[in-house]
Order: sequence, then C-alpha cells, then structure tokens
Amino acid sequence: MTDFAEIWTYLARDPLLWLATTLAAYAVGDALFRASGRKPIVNPVLIAVVFLAGLLWVTATPYADYFEGAQFVHFMLGPATVALAVPLHANLARVRATLLPILAALLAGAVTAIGSALGIAWALGVQGEALLSLAPKSATAPVALGISEQIGGSPTLTAVLVILTGITGAVVATPLLNALRIRDWRARGFATGVAAHGIGTARAFQVNETAGAFAGVGMGLNAVLTALLAPLVIRAFL
Amino acid sequence: MFETRQRAAASVWLTGCRNRKLPAMILALTFLLGFQLAGEVTARTLGLTLPGPVLGMVFLLIALVLIPRLAALVRSAADGLLAHLSLLFVPAGVGVVGHLDRLGTSGGPILLAIVVSTVLAIAVGALTFVGVARLTGSRDD
Repeated sequence: MTDFAEIWTYLARDPLLWLATTLAAYAVGDALFRASGRKPIVNPVLIAVVFLAGLLWVTATPYADYFEGAQFVHFMLGPATVALAVPLHANLARVRATLLPILAALLAGAVTAIGSALGIAWALGVQGEALLSLAPKSATAPVALGISEQIGGSPTLTAVLVILTGITGAVVATPLLNALRIRDWRARGFATGVAAHGIGTARAFQVNETAGAFAGVGMGLNAVLTALLAPLVIRAFL
Repeated sequence: MFETRQRAAASVWLTGCRNRKLPAMILALTFLLGFQLAGEVTARTLGLTLPGPVLGMVFLLIALVLIPRLAALVRSAADGLLAHLSLLFVPAGVGVVGHLDRLGTSGGPILLAIVVSTVLAIAVGALTFVGVARLTGSRDD
C-alpha cells in the first residue's frame, strides 16, 4: 500500500486537491447559510474562507500552492464581471425612467463609501497598501480586485474587505432604512446595491423584488464608477 | 454606429447559430470571454486605469442595446455565473492568510472604517435618491 505521505506529496502538488476543496468548502458554507434561514451574518464566502485558511495553516500549505488549484475558480471573475451587463440591460427601461435619482444617488453613495472609508482609516493611522486596498471595497468582488491591483493595493486583502463590506451592508440595511423612514423600494435597493454590492443585492431581493432589481443596477453602475473614482480619491490621500 | 444592414446580417448569423444547435453554454461563454478580451486589449492599448473586464461589461451592454437578441444567447452563462458570484471570490479571500499580521495591527481601524462607511453610504445614497425623486416627480410604479 502506498504510504499516506507519498499520496499527500502528489496531491499537494496537483491542482485537483485545492480546486475540489474550494468547491466543497463553499458548498458547506452555502448549506449552513440555507440552514440558518439565509441570515446575512452566516455568509457562505466567509465560512469557506475561514475553513480553507485554517486548512492551509494546519497543513502548512503556502498560499501559492493553494492558488495553483483555486485559480480556475478565480479566473471566472473576469467573465462574471462582463456578465453583469445582462441584468443591467434587462432593467434598462426602469433605469431610464429614474435616471436623475439614480445618477445622484450613485455619485453620492460611491463618493461617501470611498471617501469616508479612506478618511476614517487614514485618521486612525492606516497607511500604504492596506489603505489602498480599502478604496474599492464597495464595488462588486471581481471589479474591486481589478481596481485594487491597478491602484497598487493588495487584491487578496481587498477581497476580504469587500466581503466584510457586503455582510455589513446586508445586516444593517433594513434597520437603518427603517430608522430613516425611507419607504421607496427603489431608493432602499439602489443605495444597498451601491454600498454593499452582490451580498447587499442578494439581501435586497429577499426583502422586495423592486428593491432587488434596483440593487442590481446600483451594483453594476458602481462597478464602473468606483473604477473611475478610486484612483482619483486615492491621489487626494497620498 | 451599426448600420441597419450589418445589424440584419448579425441577426441572421445569430439565428443560424441557434438553428445549428451550437451548444448554448459554449457560445455564451465564448461571447463573455470575447468581450473580456476586447476590454483587456482596449484598456492596455489606451493605458486606462479601468480594469479590462469592466470595459468588457460596458462593451457588452452597448452590444445588447444594439442587438437585443444577443441577450438570449449570453443569458445561460451569465445567469449561471452571477447566481454563484460569491463562490468566485473564495480563492482571493483565502489570501487573507498572507495578511494576518497586518490585520492584527490595523484590523480594528479597518473594521471600523468598513462599518461606518457602509452605514453612511447606504444612508446618503437612499436619502439622495428619495430627495431627487421628489424634486423630479419620479414615482415608484
């Protein structure tokens, strides 16, 4: 019988192991999310990341080795970003009918998200790569990673910050908007999509169909706006 | 701009693709990757700070407006990818293992920045939307 160490040596070098583990970890996270009644705090990505990070630590596997396998999943972020055009196109008529409120809320929300995050972190002494990685955190995952790379941040750190932003938005949106007495579902959804991307959009769809559609539009538009704004705002802080 | 004749030709070609029963998923993925490629090449050629896939998204949106029939072709892959968008995020998220020491020292300020800025952004965005909608007389229907 082949010894386990030998099998491990083979597997650790092969992309198969970490690709399979990544999908399995996400499947477990998703199952827990459903079992919790889709509570935003039980986030499947967060669960998968914590589980996989723990596994890498226990097995002393370098991140580069893990990424050999996981890169196949990571690669799909590009086409997924392109695919965002499809829901945007499907809601184009509604966007046209609400163009001014949408553009005003997009600009206000995006500038607030980038500016206040950088301002607070900078005032508390965060500098360099960590500060740069924070700038695109309200944009949807694939776009935020691309922006982070472009402006000299760390894409992996940005990925974590984007997930945390999404979870925060999904948890606070409903109580916050209720407290502000905002009843317009378009406004509620759109603001959540701009500030908290896909995770916020998924949450908005749970609450109300119109809110979900507008959240999707907000996420798509903010992907473009953050790509344009982040490099400009960053310049103001450096 | 697309000429009417070109548009008609594209539409005939699209119908042809479907009639020959070209596997829809492969065709859809080819379109998505093709638009991404066009975005990457444009961004690099012009030296733009915009990520290639974002430009690809803008190109696809323009194409969808010009040729609405394209939507049916791209949809199978687009819906599949977007339904599991969060999975695609996991490999990059695991990269946090390389940042644990940094998060240890500036984790608190970063977390505070994220929570406060997200609350502010949602509040400001929603209030702006409602305010401008009231000014322009736009109603939810």
